[in-house]
Amino acid sequence: MLEIKCPYCGKRSQNEFSYGGDATIKRPQLGEEISTEDWDNFVYYRDNPRGKHSELWHHVSGCRQWFKVSRDTATHEIFDTCKMNEDFNV
Amino acid sequence: MQKYSVFSLVKNAFTNHENWEVAWKDPEPKKEYDVIIVGGGGHGLATAYYLAKEHGITNVAILEKGWIGGGNVGRNTTILRSNYMFDSNAHFYEFGMKLWETLSQELNYNVMYSPRGIINLAHSDAQMNAYARRGNSMRLNGIDAILLGRDDLKKMIPFADFSETCRFPIHGGLMQPRGGTARHDAVAWGYARQADSMGVDIIQNCEVTGFDVNNGKIEGVQTSRGNIKTKKVGLCVAGSTTLLADMLNMRLPIEAHVLQACVSEPVKPLLHNVVTFGAGHFYCSQSDKGEMVMGGDLDGYNSYAQRGNMPMIQHVLTGGLAVFPNFSRLKMLRTWGGIMDMSMDGSPIIDKTHIEGVYLNCGWCYGGFKATPSSGFVFAHTIAKDQVHELNSDFNLERFHTGKIIDEKGVGPKPWIG
Repeated sequence: MLEIKCPYCGKRSQNEFSYGGDATIKRPQLGEEISTEDWDNFVYYRDNPRGKHSELWHHVSGCRQWFKVSRDTATHEIFDTCKMNEDFNV
Repeated sequence: MQKYSVFSLVKNAFTNHENWEVAWKDPEPKKEYDVIIVGGGGHGLATAYYLAKEHGITNVAILEKGWIGGGNVGRNTTILRSNYMFDSNAHFYEFGMKLWETLSQELNYNVMYSPRGIINLAHSDAQMNAYARRGNSMRLNGIDAILLGRDDLKKMIPFADFSETCRFPIHGGLMQPRGGTARHDAVAWGYARQADSMGVDIIQNCEVTGFDVNNGKIEGVQTSRGNIKTKKVGLCVAGSTTLLADMLNMRLPIEAHVLQACVSEPVKPLLHNVVTFGAGHFYCSQSDKGEMVMGGDLDGYNSYAQRGNMPMIQHVLTGGLAVFPNFSRLKMLRTWGGIMDMSMDGSPIIDKTHIEGVYLNCGWCYGGFKATPSSGFVFAHTIAKDQVHELNSDFNLERFHTGKIIDEKGVGPKPWIG
């Protein structure tokens, strides 16, 4: 069982959360010329690291806020969590 | 190579089974090979076998970081099927089903192919309609499919919950009678033994640490047991694909996720088919030893750990008990996990790459085991001829740019959504 610290509610068990995937992918800027390659990278391509991974989680059975988690994909150690508009401290 | 038969069994019984030949050798890596296959799992071993048998290329090495058959080919739930709706999938997996039917004879190794039938349960009228559509698509592609009613299923799985007041009543199901199971370890060992007998070097405890690429062409592989020259490299490393692709500066539409399975204590014969619960994440078959072999869905977050987490086991077994309440009294024997190379449309990638001589076989998601023979067959063709076989021509990397994706499940590029 993962124990995830929601930046709004504190530590809760994994059961209260749902996963939202890689937090580093950015939607191409609207209103500007977007190359096909940029779109493909945004939609389909991932770094998929073994080790530290920034990812989105949703406190779906709690405060319903989205936030960011920095977690190791091999050991599942959680280094830090932060709000969507913040950066990790660790 | 010594042929396995009832006669060889009797003959060796007289000498206390002490004189059997080794099934495959343990060679030192040579300086150079025509083809190197990275990954000694089912797909890698099958690829090497078909390279030797179909294309006469026998100067081949399989490099395996651990031991052969220790990854996903030894961790899956052994299910075989070709019950797909899209043509690209249907043709590819049905070709595989035909190979499965004669695989034991072909390999002279009993892979215990058991066409016990796979049943997908339906729990609503809408699901029955969807299954009728899929069944019709399958039959148009020459694949066997039968739509079962509630009364048919009462005879086949009488111990399932057929009450009308349960949350997900059983309306019927779709069955592929030729679907079933095979003994997974035997598949790896059977391919390994035949490949070895034709001259393929199976090199275990040999980790690939880098690639020598020059002017866009592969020239060799760096390993924990020295550098080896080659002109062609095939990658068959499932969940570790991204780690090797990083060494080749290739970014892929792949995420690694852990998928768990579990088995119960062995009990007397009860469940004669493979059954999938249509309203949640649960499927089950009974092994020849009597254990209930059960699986469900991904843990739901990126993972390279070959072990899972309890919430998903609980979620899967909750679904299982909804359909088979009598399983609540079974004791759990063990659980384990394997790393899936989840592609962004749920379909595999078997293709050439931007580097000349590097070939890619990945993206098997939940379904790599059943594809072992067909994947090996078409991948061997792709490597030997330097062009894709018609059966894997749609499983290309280009589809993530052209938009011709094969999204059988229709969930979009979010592999953790089951």
